[in-house]
Amino acid sequence: MSSKGTFESLKNDDVQYDILREIGNIGAGNATTALAQLINSKIDMTVPKVELLTFPELADVVGSAEKLVVGILINLSGDIDGMMMFMLDYSAAHYLVNCIIGKEKENMEAFTEMDFSALKEIGNIIAGAYLSALSALMNLKIIESIPYMAIDMAGAVLSVPAIAFGELGDRALLIQSEFGQSDNNVKGFFILIPTEESYGKIMSSLGV
Amino acid sequence: MIKVGMADLNICSSPDAITTLGLGSCVGIILYDPILKIAGLAHIMLPDSTQIRSNENVAKFADTGIETLLKQLIQKGAQRSRMIAKIAGGAQMFAFSAENAMLSIGKKNVIATKKKLSELGIRIIAEDTGDSYGRTIEFYPETGQLLIKAVGKEPKII
Repeated sequence: MSSKGTFESLKNDDVQYDILREIGNIGAGNATTALAQLINSKIDMTVPKVELLTFPELADVVGSAEKLVVGILINLSGDIDGMMMFMLDYSAAHYLVNCIIGKEKENMEAFTEMDFSALKEIGNIIAGAYLSALSALMNLKIIESIPYMAIDMAGAVLSVPAIAFGELGDRALLIQSEFGQSDNNVKGFFILIPTEESYGKIMSSLGV
Repeated sequence: MIKVGMADLNICSSPDAITTLGLGSCVGIILYDPILKIAGLAHIMLPDSTQIRSNENVAKFADTGIETLLKQLIQKGAQRSRMIAKIAGGAQMFAFSAENAMLSIGKKNVIATKKKLSELGIRIIAEDTGDSYGRTIEFYPETGQLLIKAVGKEPKII
């Protein structure tokens, strides 16, 4: 295997980082548009962060390991192996569900079964928008699992991808985009974590 | 308060305390010498270093993590014969389908932890493992108490 497209080669290569940021931009751009359409409201996103992280660093990527979040996880297979995580602040998840189901916007009562399935479906639509943009860009086939959901501390939720990647190495590549509204009602992250092998495939599909 | 991250370990003496935040399917292992009031905490991610090719980070695995932690405590004067353990974590965070190997990784971590401790002759005097929620743990060598915090639950001491 050529040195390009390995995590080792990524360390000091700004070009590869730029490409990954652009991938994050395209995926998250499409996903943010889908999310904005769902709730019929404008949503902004930040420039994606690309980081090669060790596991002690991973739990803090969304701020604090103890922050209460709703995490929707999708396993990826096909040409790209890895995971996609759609992570919402707890209050943002409530706001989204309220918008979609038509409850009072400020309603913060415990989630119902119907809320759960709405959240999973939101995750499905958003992650699908993210991944279909990537798939078209790279001309690679990405197969998505059904969405799995957990509501807990960010560190505990992130332990699941961490363990999956811990079997393969001591670092994980995160392409992370933050989105939000100016009034802070909706706030969260898209996180794409490809395996190292898939990272190589992404790079070579783009001719790097 | 000394903070231990994922796939990491450290030791701590009274009056200091040691913590790890947001344990999910990982397991937090406390080894404690109650006479010297010194303790170690390992936050392990995987059960068995011999099953994995990339195993340089000893703190990532139950087997090598516990061994290393024990060694470090003994270097600080702790006595193996007095050593006791408390463990927490090993939850199943997502309801994966049965054919998925991640299904029982939390459980596997707990089983491997107990097996290693039993091999080393270290008694587990308290545990809070399994179920489907994350835990933050804090250990106080002064009292030997392990405080466990979880979302929407009363903190408890084991």
